[in-house]
Amino acid sequence: MNDLLFLTWVRSTGLNIAIGIFLLGVLWRLFEIYSLGRKTDLSAPRHAPGASGLHTVFRRSLPPPGMLKRSPVSYIGGYIFHIGLAIVVFLFVPHILLVTNLTGLSWPGLPSQFVDLAAVVTMAAMIVVLVDRINKPAKRFLSTFEDWFTWAVTFLPVLTGWMAVQHLLLPYTLMLALHILSVEILLVVLPFTKLFHAFTLFGSRWYNGRANGHKGVPV
Amino acid sequence: MSATLEKGVRVLKEVIDAPIASYFNSCVHCGLCAEACLFYTETGDPRYTPIHKLEPLRRVYEQEYTLLGRLKKVIGLSKPVTDDELDEWQELVYNSCTLCGRCSAVCPVGNDIVYMVRKFREGMSASGHSPEGIRGAVERTVTVGSPMNVKLPAVQAQMKHVEEDYGIPIPLDAEGSEYMVLLSSMEIMNFPEYLGAVAKIMRQAGKRWTLCSTAFEATNAGIQIGNSDLARLIVSRIVEGAERLKVKTVISPECGHAYTALRWEGANLMGRPFTFEVKHIIEVLGEFQQQGLLKTEGFETDRLTFHDPCQLARRGGVIQQQRSLMNQVAQNFVEMPEAGYMNWCCGGGGGASAIEEGEALRMKAFKKKTAQFEAVRPDRVVTACANCRINLEEGLEHYQMDIPVIGLTEMIAEHIPDNAPQAATQS
Amino acid sequence: MQGPLIDTLARQGISRRTFLKYCATLASMMALPPAAGRAMAEAMAAARRPSVIWLPFQECTGCTESITRSHAPSLEGMIFDLISLDYQETLMAAAGHQAEEARLNAMKENKGKYLLIVDGSIPLGIDGAYSCIGGRSNVDILKEAAEGCAAIVAMGSCASYGGIPKANPNPTGAVSVSDIIKDKPIVNIPGCPPIPAVMTGVLAHYLSFGTLPELDDKGRPKAFYGETIHDRCYRRPFYDQGKFAKTFDDAGARQGWCLFELGCKGPVTHNACATTKWNGGTSWPVESGHGCLGCSEPDFWDAGGFYKALSMPADPLKFVAAASVAGAAAGVAVSVANRGKKSAAKSAHEPTTLTDLEKSS
Repeated sequence: MNDLLFLTWVRSTGLNIAIGIFLLGVLWRLFEIYSLGRKTDLSAPRHAPGASGLHTVFRRSLPPPGMLKRSPVSYIGGYIFHIGLAIVVFLFVPHILLVTNLTGLSWPGLPSQFVDLAAVVTMAAMIVVLVDRINKPAKRFLSTFEDWFTWAVTFLPVLTGWMAVQHLLLPYTLMLALHILSVEILLVVLPFTKLFHAFTLFGSRWYNGRANGHKGVPV
Repeated sequence: MSATLEKGVRVLKEVIDAPIASYFNSCVHCGLCAEACLFYTETGDPRYTPIHKLEPLRRVYEQEYTLLGRLKKVIGLSKPVTDDELDEWQELVYNSCTLCGRCSAVCPVGNDIVYMVRKFREGMSASGHSPEGIRGAVERTVTVGSPMNVKLPAVQAQMKHVEEDYGIPIPLDAEGSEYMVLLSSMEIMNFPEYLGAVAKIMRQAGKRWTLCSTAFEATNAGIQIGNSDLARLIVSRIVEGAERLKVKTVISPECGHAYTALRWEGANLMGRPFTFEVKHIIEVLGEFQQQGLLKTEGFETDRLTFHDPCQLARRGGVIQQQRSLMNQVAQNFVEMPEAGYMNWCCGGGGGASAIEEGEALRMKAFKKKTAQFEAVRPDRVVTACANCRINLEEGLEHYQMDIPVIGLTEMIAEHIPDNAPQAATQS
Repeated sequence: MQGPLIDTLARQGISRRTFLKYCATLASMMALPPAAGRAMAEAMAAARRPSVIWLPFQECTGCTESITRSHAPSLEGMIFDLISLDYQETLMAAAGHQAEEARLNAMKENKGKYLLIVDGSIPLGIDGAYSCIGGRSNVDILKEAAEGCAAIVAMGSCASYGGIPKANPNPTGAVSVSDIIKDKPIVNIPGCPPIPAVMTGVLAHYLSFGTLPELDDKGRPKAFYGETIHDRCYRRPFYDQGKFAKTFDDAGARQGWCLFELGCKGPVTHNACATTKWNGGTSWPVESGHGCLGCSEPDFWDAGGFYKALSMPADPLKFVAAASVAGAAAGVAVSVANRGKKSAAKSAHEPTTLTDLEKSS
């Protein structure tokens, strides 16, 4: 198997398997989680403006009063790498072309030099939050193998993609194939690890906002 | 019949719902909940990380309600929850958690951790892993009617004292009243001025109100121990009393979890909506103020600050009223940093103050409060929860800070002149 | 003609100075220092022409066409006067038994010293019978010829990697030269066809220095195959800015925008087309408005389609519907089991009384 055949495999069979498992996993897990249902709250609600599930879905992306000063690395590092990932994944033109091919949707991208910068900043931020996870007692205490594994599985696509564009270490065709493979691994593990928060955080924030909104507290 | 692990796990299976499943699957181990919990920030002990307090519940969820978890169990790869583990967890679930809810307010993925602790306590209590102190309170509430063994004669004695001191009759079992007033044992025993204050305020506002002989106790240790069956038993007395007396509104006193128990959990425990409204006394005072029924004279001139009880503000939605009321009678009202809905817990709620062996931890956690006070250096602290009052007093004494603690209702009533004209009593 | 090259060139009106300039250009194209250019000039000028045997196997003759396509008076053509091309089926005058005899004689006389050029893949199916010359299979001929050769030049993608006959489903069992011959130095000059200057550059190197030039991990001379088309493409700024032609004649195409979306394989293709170009530097596929096919890479026919951009899946996705249905089904099944378990727990609820708060033991 030479590198062009490997690349062709990850672009065809590998992608098929990964997207298949991803879709299967996401649907299964969403059903599994949300079908447990929630009892209706029979207490009389208090109505307050800005207090609802939907409000919290958005508002919870901001740090609550006093928390940013307490944990600047978690918040700032977290913002940078999430936004950075979004830029690299959704605003890099070859990625947009992939989505267009799969779904028909398309949108303008950024010049690739900006995406390159975003990739570097993202990787730096990810390393900072990794070090923070090792240093902060609460984070270190909570961390299991899954936390380190999911960090690596998220970091590798950015690293390999960047290395491919920069022509670092391995020849381009092989690096590109490894990049696509690393994304496929990410897709396969996402529904079954904490990475699934990408889907469940909406439900969680919504339930939280709704429960507190019922009491008239905007959270 | 007595508590067993099997019972406990069964109860947990009952209470696990979609929100809990969503929360466990969203947690990314970011540790921000720890930074919001005073038990962690003042001790540095990562075991007090809020989401960690739920680890056995998480495993029950995984092993019972996820396909992969069940498969792991079948092939023997999962760690079952044991009595020993729940024993170890008792301190985390009760001593180091007051159900204050700050963790739920900060979790970036939206986890309502306090909701989960409350549910976890159902399993802990049913499996025999609840603290002695709260069990005693529950026992007394269920058998006698009050966690401090206060019976009706004691209440009636207090009523008589108040009538004498204030010259205002205290109604008992007056059917058709607009308001039914509940008391907490703490108030009956330690702060009887509360009853007098209520009497004064009601008279000025011209409202018909009453106590109930079968339901004078507001506190609900069943909520604190986290057992819905017992909590239901306790709350049903209030519901029965309110329905029997056909009152419009039941007033929960200056107490935190009493309000939560009745206002938010009550209808769900009973399985049907209430036919009456439930309000905290501060809510009622806020309404009177808005309607011009609260006429006060004079001001407190010393430097005052307000401690928001968790169950009133963050967990109850009553945040602005206490401030408007303070401003009516205080000239020098200053806010502590993070006052309002993000206020730090006094460290004694959720049953924690009943746990003797948890006192050292509570005192350590109280350092967070001393820091808040030191930032504003008040002459006195005002609050609206009797349990907060006791805990603040204990903590301040421990740290040798000479700051008296008073109740808001009491303070308001002091500014109502004794000979205030009565508004026409509404029937 | 066996005289030194310089005389041959002079007879054809090519001055020594022109020849020196050509050698300097060739050396610089291969990133060799100026001294190498002079060495090549000296060596080639005085070279006695070595024997070269060209074996055509399962090929389309495109490589021969490319190499011999000279724009007179192109020096590519001249270089062929440098060698003694003792066997080349398209170009030689002889045919049949005489041709075969010429080949065998050349192999005998120059044993151990002749250069073997191969184009076309070698079929192994049905004992190699899919391609025979004079009644003998290609594979037999190759093994026989390789035994006495000094080195093998695998001309074109078919000889280098199997090429179009090897494309899925490879009915003839086609393989490359290096799949069969393991004990001789082999240089692959892939391309479908390869650029003429690449061929002559490699030959010039061999004749001047007696060695094959430095090769990459696919056996290709790094001098010509060291960079990808993408990294030397003049349309690269458009790629970086995200300006792509969406069809072959839209406004973008007419403005010379990048052809990535139209399937250009430039990023994964190593060749010299973007710099050396074709037809004496006239143009090359991208410049003419068509994306690179990737023809100098192994298995480029099976790389997902010429008009599918690299960022697109090589095959249409097959499992989307099935996976979604299976996921939903699994989800529903688990949900049913979960709700059953929950209501069973609810039915088995034993209300807690005061004594139940204490543990049994």
